Amino acid sequence: MSKKQKTHEPLFHIAKRDSLPWYYSWAIRIIAIILALMVSALLTLFLTDENPISIFSTMIDGAFGSSRRIWNLLQNIAILLCVSLALTPAFKMRFWNIGGEGQVLIGGLATAACMICLGGKIPNTLLILLMIISSIAAGAIWAVIPAIFKAKYNTNETLFTLMMNYVGIQLVSYFVNIWEVPKGSGTIGIINQTNQEGWLPVIGEYDYLLNVIVVLVITVLMYLYLKYSKHGYEISVVGESENTAKYIGINVKKVIIRTMLLSGAVCGIAGLLLVGGTNHTITTTTANNRGFTAIMVSWLAKFNPIYMIFTTFLLVFLERGANEISTVFRLNQSFSDIITGIILFFIIGSEFFINYQIKFHTRKEVK
Amino acid sequence: MVTSTAIITLIQRAILQGIPILYGSTGEILTEKSGNLNLGIPGIMYVGGISGVIGAFLYEESLRDGGTVNAFLAVFIPMICTIIGSLLMGLIYCFLTVTLRANQNVTGLAMTTFGVGFGNFFGASLVSLTDSDIPSVALTKTSAYFRVTLPFAETTGWFGKVFLSYGFMTYLAIIIAVLCAIFLKRTKGGLHLRAVGENPATADAAGINVERSKYLATCIGSIIAGLGGLFYVMDYANGVWSNEGFGDRGWLAIALVIFAIWKPDFAIFGSILFGGLYIVYLFIPGLALSTQELFKMLPYIVTIIVLIIVSARNKRENQPPGYLGLPYFREER
Amino acid sequence: MSNPLAIELKGVTKVFGQVVANKDVDLQVRKGEILAILGENGSGKTTLMNMLSGIYYPDEGQIFVNGEEVVIKSPKDSFKYKIGMIHQHFKLVDVFSATENIVLGVNDNEKYNIKQAKKRVQKIIEKYGFEINLDSKIYEMSVSEKQTVEIIKVLYRGADILILDEPTAVLTPQETSKLFGILRRMREDNKAIIIITHKLHEVLELTDRVSVLRKGEYIGTVETKDATEQSLTEMMVGKKISLNIERPDPVNPKDRLIVKNITATNSDGREVIKDISFTARSGEILGIAGIAGSGQRELLESIAGLHHLSDGEILYMTGGETVNLRDKSPTQIRDLGVRLSFVPEDRLGMGLVGNMDIIDNMMLRSYKKGNSVFLDRKKPKDLAESIIKSLEVVTPNATTPVRRLSGGNVQKVLVGREIASNPKVLMVAYPVRGLDINSSYTIYNLLTKQKENGVAIIFVGEDLDVLIELCDRIMVINSGRITGIVDGRTAVKEEIGILMTQDSKEEKNNE
Repeated sequence: MSKKQKTHEPLFHIAKRDSLPWYYSWAIRIIAIILALMVSALLTLFLTDENPISIFSTMIDGAFGSSRRIWNLLQNIAILLCVSLALTPAFKMRFWNIGGEGQVLIGGLATAACMICLGGKIPNTLLILLMIISSIAAGAIWAVIPAIFKAKYNTNETLFTLMMNYVGIQLVSYFVNIWEVPKGSGTIGIINQTNQEGWLPVIGEYDYLLNVIVVLVITVLMYLYLKYSKHGYEISVVGESENTAKYIGINVKKVIIRTMLLSGAVCGIAGLLLVGGTNHTITTTTANNRGFTAIMVSWLAKFNPIYMIFTTFLLVFLERGANEISTVFRLNQSFSDIITGIILFFIIGSEFFINYQIKFHTRKEVK
Repeated sequence: MVTSTAIITLIQRAILQGIPILYGSTGEILTEKSGNLNLGIPGIMYVGGISGVIGAFLYEESLRDGGTVNAFLAVFIPMICTIIGSLLMGLIYCFLTVTLRANQNVTGLAMTTFGVGFGNFFGASLVSLTDSDIPSVALTKTSAYFRVTLPFAETTGWFGKVFLSYGFMTYLAIIIAVLCAIFLKRTKGGLHLRAVGENPATADAAGINVERSKYLATCIGSIIAGLGGLFYVMDYANGVWSNEGFGDRGWLAIALVIFAIWKPDFAIFGSILFGGLYIVYLFIPGLALSTQELFKMLPYIVTIIVLIIVSARNKRENQPPGYLGLPYFREER
Repeated sequence: MSNPLAIELKGVTKVFGQVVANKDVDLQVRKGEILAILGENGSGKTTLMNMLSGIYYPDEGQIFVNGEEVVIKSPKDSFKYKIGMIHQHFKLVDVFSATENIVLGVNDNEKYNIKQAKKRVQKIIEKYGFEINLDSKIYEMSVSEKQTVEIIKVLYRGADILILDEPTAVLTPQETSKLFGILRRMREDNKAIIIITHKLHEVLELTDRVSVLRKGEYIGTVETKDATEQSLTEMMVGKKISLNIERPDPVNPKDRLIVKNITATNSDGREVIKDISFTARSGEILGIAGIAGSGQRELLESIAGLHHLSDGEILYMTGGETVNLRDKSPTQIRDLGVRLSFVPEDRLGMGLVGNMDIIDNMMLRSYKKGNSVFLDRKKPKDLAESIIKSLEVVTPNATTPVRRLSGGNVQKVLVGREIASNPKVLMVAYPVRGLDINSSYTIYNLLTKQKENGVAIIFVGEDLDVLIELCDRIMVINSGRITGIVDGRTAVKEEIGILMTQDSKEEKNNE
């Protein structure tokens, strides 16, 4: 028996895990987050010489420190969650809709257009109704274009939806220039500031309560849709196996188009909430990269709307907290992006240890 | 009247606009040929840019007490910093997607978040170090060496202006793109790399180390893309770093990959066309500011059209690499 | 006989879990010889050869190459010993040219020069008389051309020992005779060639010796000149083994499904089923026998509305009514009230969704029922629980993803679901593949019970013993054509074996 070949045998090999109890997989994720926070704290320590405790307490203070901050946190969670929910049905179908940014913006643009062009000319209720319809329609159209080409020619949806973002951004930029107030400022200022035409109603004294409620309703509806509706079931089957979908007679093209219409429509609602319910203006950065962040939120939550509440919270908390760190310790705003990036790297990496296991070779003698 | 000088200026500006995009997309083509769809390119270009700026900044600082600028160091230090910075980014991406088999889209987007944040953070930190009023860092001394044009640029009329009036990194970008094209088309390494992106199982069976190929292509691709960031600051922007100044050029680079149907030689002309489309509004008289914004859509619209045509014609050579975006796991059946 | 041995296997055994794929196999191949490895599906031919090509590693036994004992742990090792295998599934890059595929991965430390490489490839082509355009892309090629590329690829790497896994399965008779010409030239060139096949006349026409495997065991080796179709078939299928499967007589059979002259092509445009006509009757099990890939899958998929027919019709008859199923989608077929169930070959890739739990998999067929936008999980849950109970499915509970179940339990879930819809026609493809004895009998009993309930059953199988004991009639197909329909009660194994392996050319001669 020749022995020299033994050097070829790898020390370990990687195998797919069959299953893992839920607590084990969550433990891995939590360890990843803790490690990431420690790295972030070290980084902050290095840049500011503050002790880690005060860094974390600053983060918490930044997120929860006052009722104003809590409302800000909730508002940001609501919008990000809304976009994440929108993208989720597409992802479950294995359709990489990374065009959330553009779909949100176009929804917001349609809202702003209604507010600017019709504000004061028709009753406010009718205006708001029109805003809702047009924002949903605009988002849906923006999303369905790539879907149609995917269904017809199998055009790569990742790249198509990505490009649609920038077309959307330039379109907004165009209208901002047309509508700019005052002329030459390059922005449109607060729309209908005096009469508040088209502003979504404020519930009680809480500016953002309406947004939070709307998004909570969408969360529940989306959860029910994906888990309990026939459409949701079809989405899962198409995503898992196109062969099975054909075997049981699902029209795959129809499902792709229908799902993207829904995905875009919910993005449109996010745009409506941003423009009509929060900012009352629109710029090219209104969506604030949420279309991209939402991809990570949805993916981290394993496309489960309820888990998404937590992943959204995590990301928004990090962002607000890191913002606070940068203000308090006189670092600049972008620091939060670095922290977010680091934590994402850790969480993304941790998925490996959930899905795979490393098997060490026990050398088996061959007779 | 459209004068010849206007046309010459348009070409010059188009090339200058196009070069950072060319770097980005050459790097991304190399990466995608290995099957990795790296959506972190915009972030990597930011990191490449700021790393070079940090290098140049430190070098200029070291000369504060009246040293003379050494031409070699002025170019070498920023470049090596850029290479290190973008290489590290490439390694992070590879470790997550190749070794840990993470989802490429999610990883790429996280890299972009991180990279843009990294660029802007250190950019702003440098600004605060200089105590200046304007929110930017100016590295004019080192930048000057990046902007040295070829001889005869001034004396050969239109020819000099169109072909000779750029800094060395412009030519470097074209040389790299040509080399990549030759590498992919005419070398064994290129053949092996393309096989990895098209069908990793086949490549694996033929004895090609899939993981190693992916790491190499992606890391070298990242370095090339990072140089695009460096070019933007040191040449195009005259050594002035301002936050967000780089804009969405990283995404344009990814668009150009599609436009060039994954061919670096096509990307050279594509980048000039993209650059031209990006600024053509400046050369059309009487355009309203708003209409100019519509013109800026052109590169993206053109890309979408190319994407649709390519998929509708379904010609096999023009499709994205077969395993683009998918992880490879040998034991998966 | 003076030729030295190229390869010798001694006592090779390979076990996958519970299944013994190869048991104590000895094999010898000489230089300048063509050896056939003959055996039915699942007899372990491919597994054995994969141990030579470095895909599997033997659990026991020794391998000798040119008289020296070797260890082959990877395809790379296999190349090192100049062994080249041409798999059934080609490993080629579609968008590359033939030359590019041939030189892929070869590390000859030479500067890459496609023209030089092409010249070298050209020499091989001329030497053995291949016909191929080296500049065409793989995706433009026919199956036979792709196979040629694979063979040249192996030769380009200097292989002296070639293993071909069912090379003629995808070829036309003309292409086959061309291939044989080339193989003969290689034999003259003193190469050792192993060809895996179950086509007897090819064995007789081409080879020097034949080694026969049956159910993983080595049966023996004979000189081809001493063999006949009869003797080889006997070695291949063996003596009849009694399985004691219960087979009640059909009660009051009526025509349920009439298939008339159907023809269909695959995506390459090759005809995969040709002019097939048969009738499936209620209360009867119609077996379909044939070598794997003879058109069984396409036939069932055509009936289920998943495969387009280029000709013919499929008539479904109940109580005097007749429905033509041709060009109907699965949904349309269901909406027409046709009660057709189908257990496909690919259980987790088609019949079930691996990541979904048993309840959700129950719904695949029925979820559309009713006008509600929401799913009704109550009935599927009851169904899942009743199937788990009645078929003794081993699972923690009904909410376990099916991919976590063992093969037998997966199949019980699938068959259980398909039977639950009270079909009039039930099609099953390889329902016991990979199952242990007990699970297999559970499936046989289920099918027999359905038959007693008056269902028309179409059973595609690979084990002839099972087909003979279970089925009332057995239809044999070969290369997409029917070569015979025999009575299950009087059928003889060898007779079916010959019907399975004779090819269409012979069939015409016989007529």
